[in-house]
Amino acid sequence: MVVNSVRDFFVGRGYLEVETPHRIPAPAPECFIEAVPAGDWFLHTSPELCMKRLLAAGHARIFQICRCFRQGELGSRHLPEFTMLEWYRAGADYRELMSECEDLVTTLAQDLDMPGGLVRGGRTIDLRKPWERLTLKEAFERYAPVPLDEALAVGTFDELMAFEVEPRLSMDRPVFIHDFPVSLGALARRKSGNPEVAERFELYIGGLELVNAFSELTDAGEQRERFLKEEAKRRAMGKRPYPVPEKFLRDLAKMPESAGAALGMDRLVMLFTGAEEIGDVVAFRPEEL
Amino acid sequence: MYSAADLRKGLRIKLDGDPYTITEFNFVKPGKGQSLYRCKLRNMITGAQFERTFREVDTFEPADLQQKAMQYLYKEGDNYVFMDLESYEQVYLTDDQVGDAKNYLIDSLEVEILLFEDRPIGVTLPNSVDLRVEHAEPWAKGDSVSGNYKPVVLETGYRILVPPFIEEGEKIRVDTRSGEYLTRVKE
Repeated sequence: MVVNSVRDFFVGRGYLEVETPHRIPAPAPECFIEAVPAGDWFLHTSPELCMKRLLAAGHARIFQICRCFRQGELGSRHLPEFTMLEWYRAGADYRELMSECEDLVTTLAQDLDMPGGLVRGGRTIDLRKPWERLTLKEAFERYAPVPLDEALAVGTFDELMAFEVEPRLSMDRPVFIHDFPVSLGALARRKSGNPEVAERFELYIGGLELVNAFSELTDAGEQRERFLKEEAKRRAMGKRPYPVPEKFLRDLAKMPESAGAALGMDRLVMLFTGAEEIGDVVAFRPEEL
Repeated sequence: MYSAADLRKGLRIKLDGDPYTITEFNFVKPGKGQSLYRCKLRNMITGAQFERTFREVDTFEPADLQQKAMQYLYKEGDNYVFMDLESYEQVYLTDDQVGDAKNYLIDSLEVEILLFEDRPIGVTLPNSVDLRVEHAEPWAKGDSVSGNYKPVVLETGYRILVPPFIEEGEKIRVDTRSGEYLTRVKE
């Protein structure tokens, strides 16, 4: 049901459904995302690089619903194999994708006959638009014991985000958290007028991180530098080295300004079914195999 | 050696020299951030509980724990003395370490003793133990409304509620996990 509605939504807006290979030679080097090796190659952790190559090839609106694989991610909101929805739109920036997220979720709520809102943990989440937009800095001011800059400087950002900020977000209304530090968005464009932050947002609904999106970095030179930086960090941490995705970098030079979003489909189904655990919305959890 | 990715509920690890059981576990990963492993841990010696979040790079030693079949011998001062059924060696547990298990320790009871790095730290009882009623008020007719229970004192000094028909000198079976009366034991 949810998947059919999602397809209808994007097809209705002129998006082309695409399929890209799941097995790829070079994942995007990111410090904290581990790809599963498959032969000499890897299972993709997201279809991002291939989909951007399709943008570069001239497809202006594309979406894909596919399985993604991330090693070692297993918890109440993570599965090592999960379903991702990604969509990309040429000519758009991250603000326009925020509006599109609002439209997507409210359309689904109507299609699924839940226009009044979602219920999570006994609380009803009011889906009426527009949804709140908070910068990451504002979210820290509101919910964390220390300001964002200090959390980043002393290296407690992840803990504060996970245990202080996220649990207090979006319990009654969805919220967009936007403008992340550039170091937390390896493929996101710098914000014009504020180059320290990237035009990236995350959408939270009912305490669930549902969407990660950004205005895409289209400067191939800067992208290469960021990849090399991430890859150096990966190696310093003793992680499996990834080759540089050269063909992606080559095509990036031809990619138009655009924005893209990734949405965890399993979490979306959790929201619409009220499931507490991600394992409740798949046929088999890893431990059942 | 365990890595953070091995953490799960029930795992026993050594932290700051003490053995801990992980009583609750969750994997959390914010956005593009690093994996966090949030654990509730119980100190297996002191029983103290606390919450701690580990990162991917953290590593842990497994707690060197062993269960050994032993027999309870006697109490000596504040210590409870047990004998290893294989080596006949004697080991001692303090009052604190024995805890509520003292309510069930009768001569020659076979138990499991938990050893941490060869030091005894706790005792695991059989699920039920048969104990003699040392003191009970006689069954007064008229008190026999069903559901009525009366307090008795067992041979270990344990006070327990039993059905009114249980008499002094009888043996009863007690559930060591709930501490409750199970049944009368015919001898």
